[in-house]
Amino acid sequence: MSITPDHGHDGHEPGDTAGSDVVLREGEDAVEKFPNPGFGPHRPRRADVDPAAAKRAERQVVALFALSVLGTIGFIVAYFTLPPGDTIASMRTSNLALGLGLAFALLGIGLAAVHWAKSLMNDHEKAEDRHAQRSTDQTRAEALQVLKDGAQDSGIGRRGVLKGALVSSLALFPLTIVLPLIGEVGEDWNVSKFKRTMWAKNKKLTIDPTGRPIKAADVTIGSVVHVIPEGLDESEAPLDEKAKAVVLLVRMDPRDIKSEQGEGWSYDGIVAYSKICTHVGCPVALYEQQTHHLLCPCHQSTFDVADSAKVVFGPAKRPLPQLPITVDDEGYLVAQSDFHEPIGPSFWERLR
Amino acid sequence: MKALAARRHDRRAPVVLLLLALLLTGALYAVLAPTSADAAPTAATADQVETGEKLFQANCATCHGPDATGREGIPSLVGVGAAAVDFQVGTGRMPMQMNGPQAPAKPAQFDEEQIAALAAYVASLGAGPAVPTAEQVDPALGDPASGMALFRTNCAMCHNAIGAGGALSEGKWAPNLWETTPTHVYEAMLTGPQSMPVFNDANLTSEEKRDIIAFLELQGNGAPGGITLGSLGPVSEGLWAWVVGMGLLIGAAVWIGARSS
Repeated sequence: MSITPDHGHDGHEPGDTAGSDVVLREGEDAVEKFPNPGFGPHRPRRADVDPAAAKRAERQVVALFALSVLGTIGFIVAYFTLPPGDTIASMRTSNLALGLGLAFALLGIGLAAVHWAKSLMNDHEKAEDRHAQRSTDQTRAEALQVLKDGAQDSGIGRRGVLKGALVSSLALFPLTIVLPLIGEVGEDWNVSKFKRTMWAKNKKLTIDPTGRPIKAADVTIGSVVHVIPEGLDESEAPLDEKAKAVVLLVRMDPRDIKSEQGEGWSYDGIVAYSKICTHVGCPVALYEQQTHHLLCPCHQSTFDVADSAKVVFGPAKRPLPQLPITVDDEGYLVAQSDFHEPIGPSFWERLR
Repeated sequence: MKALAARRHDRRAPVVLLLLALLLTGALYAVLAPTSADAAPTAATADQVETGEKLFQANCATCHGPDATGREGIPSLVGVGAAAVDFQVGTGRMPMQMNGPQAPAKPAQFDEEQIAALAAYVASLGAGPAVPTAEQVDPALGDPASGMALFRTNCAMCHNAIGAGGALSEGKWAPNLWETTPTHVYEAMLTGPQSMPVFNDANLTSEEKRDIIAFLELQGNGAPGGITLGSLGPVSEGLWAWVVGMGLLIGAAVWIGARSS
């Protein structure tokens, strides 16, 4: 059903009865029903009144469709004549040609369709009235009766075992989906592993990634060394162990060190801190040697390496754990022990 | 002129003017932008040391002191070596233009000979790292694959995964490395200028430094595909995706909803 535009309506003028219906005064009840404002007056487009304009719009739509056809042909031609090949340049050319062909093919259709609809198709507004959703009482009663008859027919009320079998099969079926989902989340629920790393007494500090041991005398003031524990590659899961055990080694003038986390944990101005941020575990490694600040690239947590790696800025809550180090008989840097607290971000079984 | 005067109210005039202004700025920059000087290592002579001392007294002693021992907040140059001087003066960071969070690179103020003289003088004050030889910094002799692994571990956190540079704290930044000469890259690792830590030969051997230079050389030679947008990752890519991509989508929505004339 359609309604023709209601030209006589002027509900927005002051003093009009329809207009005053909308205003709610104190003590009055809410308006029961708004009057239908109808459609505004129809304004013809250029293509409606000028045949030349209509012809021009038609040509534009045809041109856009033609562009799409050309795009498709271009895509097919490019597919055969410009294979990706082996070099980066040929892959780039191939991708560019295919992409442009595809873009024109689809964009042409879309633009043509919208332009056609906007400039040439009928633009009179139309409305359709809503129908009542509720069926008649008779239809409802009939539908209910069909259901009742069906239940009666299946005998589900009388056949108790059948009912039980149906319910059990339906109730158990979801296990086939849920069980693998939960089972494959991870077979390893041993959280206490996060409390320990590979570091142990007399384990040598070595350079990441070459694995060369580090002589204390070779670390000059202002140096930064990215450190992994000796024998990392021979461990059972090198990447897992590396993710926990990476350490940043810094040497500064011993007079610059304001504090450290344990007595005698550094060696002659050489300090070693965990590289795993205590916020969400990014590798903290942007060291500024003049300020002794260590910046985390993810959320800009900043730690003062000269002052127990205390947080000076950013969302991290705790200082980076310090690795106690010393030197062995040959002058190589070794760990005194593992970290004295879990490294990285907080987790549910962390002690503090 | 008459034709110009008649057309100056044309609605395309501002766009044309803007384009012309942009072109002019670009052309002027291309003509005026200086090229960085390349310093070649040479053996120091007594003559050089003498010339260097004169240059030092005239240009550097104001801050670093007549005996180059520095003072509060200004580093002593005794023992920094020729490499530090060649880097700092060769990249124009020194003499420093003004106080700030960081001394920026700018056109070198001295020519190669003068820099070599200054370096010879500072090297004579105390033993320090020397300017690397041409062979030590030749990218053709390095292994870029090994350089990538080393760069990723030691440099990428500040200088970005492919050396495009990045921000540090409180107004400091790690510069882009694509235009830096191999010698200056080597010297920076060796001496640790400004915020940068030191990577001496025990940490990164001379060959490993050359591998890093070879890796950087490849990164500076253009992107393998697509628009790099400064290679700064999600920030610049996100900005363009939002501004251009969303702009286009909004434009299309407006066009679809607009009434045909």
